[in-house]
Amino acid sequence: MNNLLEIENLHAGVENKEILKGVNLTIKPGEIHVIMGPNGSGKTTTANVILNNPEYKKTNGKIIFDGDDITNTSTDEIARKGVFMSFQLPEEVPGVSVTNFLKYAKNKITGQPIKIFAFKKELQKYMEELNMNPKNMERSLNVGFSGGEKKKNEIIQMLVLNPKLAILDETDSGLDVDAIRVVSKGIEMFKNNQNGVLIITHNTKILHSLKVDYVHIFVDGKIVKTGSQELAKEIEENGYSEYKK
Amino acid sequence: MAKTQLEEIDRNIYDIKNKDEYDYKIKKGLTKEIVEEISRQKHEPDWMKEIRLKALETYNNLEMPTWGPDLSELNMDEIATYVKPKSKLNNSWDDVPDDIKNTFDKLGIPEAEKTSLAGVGAQYDSEVVYHSMKDELLKQGVIYTDMETAVREYPEMVKEHFMKCVPISDHKFVALHAAVWSGGSFVYVPKGVKLEMPLQSYFRLNSPESGQFEHTLIIVDEGASLHFIEGCSAPKYNKVNLHAGCVELYVRDNAYLRYSTIENWSKNMLNLNTKKAICGKNAQVDWVSGSFGSKISMLYPMSILNGEGAKTEFTGISFAGKEQNLDNGFKAVHNAPNTSSVVNAKSISKNGGKCTYRSSIKIMENAEGSKSSVSCESLMLDDISISDTIPTNEIRNDNIQFSHEAKIGKISDKTIFYLMSRGLSEEDAKAMIVRGFAYPISKELPVEYAVEMNNLINLELEGAIG
Repeated sequence: MNNLLEIENLHAGVENKEILKGVNLTIKPGEIHVIMGPNGSGKTTTANVILNNPEYKKTNGKIIFDGDDITNTSTDEIARKGVFMSFQLPEEVPGVSVTNFLKYAKNKITGQPIKIFAFKKELQKYMEELNMNPKNMERSLNVGFSGGEKKKNEIIQMLVLNPKLAILDETDSGLDVDAIRVVSKGIEMFKNNQNGVLIITHNTKILHSLKVDYVHIFVDGKIVKTGSQELAKEIEENGYSEYKK
Repeated sequence: MAKTQLEEIDRNIYDIKNKDEYDYKIKKGLTKEIVEEISRQKHEPDWMKEIRLKALETYNNLEMPTWGPDLSELNMDEIATYVKPKSKLNNSWDDVPDDIKNTFDKLGIPEAEKTSLAGVGAQYDSEVVYHSMKDELLKQGVIYTDMETAVREYPEMVKEHFMKCVPISDHKFVALHAAVWSGGSFVYVPKGVKLEMPLQSYFRLNSPESGQFEHTLIIVDEGASLHFIEGCSAPKYNKVNLHAGCVELYVRDNAYLRYSTIENWSKNMLNLNTKKAICGKNAQVDWVSGSFGSKISMLYPMSILNGEGAKTEFTGISFAGKEQNLDNGFKAVHNAPNTSSVVNAKSISKNGGKCTYRSSIKIMENAEGSKSSVSCESLMLDDISISDTIPTNEIRNDNIQFSHEAKIGKISDKTIFYLMSRGLSEEDAKAMIVRGFAYPISKELPVEYAVEMNNLINLELEGAIG
């Protein structure tokens, strides 16, 4: 089967500062990968660079998604090809309700007109499953949402937009145990043998309620070790110190 | 939520130029002879001619404004102040000449009349070509007609109110208006009559190098209620056009008036409009205003709260693009105890456009217990656009509540990236942010106008983002 995502020797950064120093990563359909690492190691940069955030400049390497080179593809096209990113700090958009935003985005992603009734039903189902207040759907996107509500809202967006690859950037950070359980439930609902998930985190809590295929240790701009779920346990006990220079 | 489907707008709707055909176009310039000729063309009574001539004198004695946008390109010698269309006043669309009717058809006026309006007036250049109102309102004593008819048929009411809310000496362009006014609407809602559906007047200026000077006079008597909608547009020409309308609103004790405007003048228009309302005891006037077109706009609707407990709300948005200078705002005078004013003003500027929010809130000595809260917010879409806020507040009573909040911002790259990561193009992302920014205003507009406003936003943003 084709690889879903291939990152080859990726170097990127801002202005004169290199942050990513040769990232290599391959994700196949049906896999859940976790990138773990200390703060400031470049994990969030990796997610942003995959989506070609213009804040960052790539200096070397390439990114292949679903067989296409997306190294220089625009963010919206990458999204339409099927990459989704859950943001660490989701942006607030006053005056645009979550429902209307999702309808609009789903229409852009699928290129199909939205069937309103089916759409509302789908949304309702997700909200019940994830224990969310339906009133939030009529509020302005992320405006006045608590940290937990914003993160759950990202998960709802992932479910509605149904990408081929979901990158979850610190979606679990700052959440209490119940909220983390909701997030991992969302991931389980999303997951199938055609799509992939890349979880970026600096702690191991989410791995208590979620089974993953690979764990990568990310230090100083690259992956320094790859293992199974067991590797996360090891980090939990010993921290990252042995991987730092 | 019926606003899910936004039909594609055809920008040509606004830019359709009919041939510059007219029954009579007065020669350019502004002289006593020209003013007398306008009066003669209209077969006016002498008292109105006298008002015009006195106003011309006042105009000649007043200086140009020394503040605000530069008006030096306005040359009254190049403006024809009166263009009589090739149509009389009709009360059936079938009688309106085809090219004029087609224009209003494309603007959706006759269609809206059937579905959601209690009455419609349509002005083409200097004269009203269509006026009609539902029969039941006629029976209740509601008057809705063009100003010329009002001068003829209700002279006492016109004499008592014409240029009394807005004094002729207010500023130079009010004096100009009073000298050459033509067209506009007259509305009287009798005591206790509450109109459920709005009345709408639409003003279309087709003729190049000309001016439109319509006069709107509305009296909402005690305990009555009205929603009045005003729409304006014009196709673009290379030479300057001038709009100096005047709106006088009398809202008597316990009455309510909502005055909504969507203005989409072409970008060669100087829009120097004057609007005022006088409110009686426990009366309320609400202004809803969308200002999109014109090269220069100077527009500051004013509410004079003369009765105890009178209220006013202003909800407005301006959108300035390339080479546009929109100097808009609001004025309130709290002239009685326990009066209140609420202002929610927003502006958007792009491609070097300039938006200024200019306001004046006066709370007089006798306005014990009054409240005023002002919020203005600006959004700049790029680094070359300009936004400014110039509030003047004069407070002469200590026992009041007053707040003023101003925010100026730019669209953040982070928000654009966030929306693009959900499949929206950069253009779509910006349009969504702008529509969201404008939503608190557009939700106050009648649905068709809210849709039109979203369409105008999309139009303004189209191709503007590189």
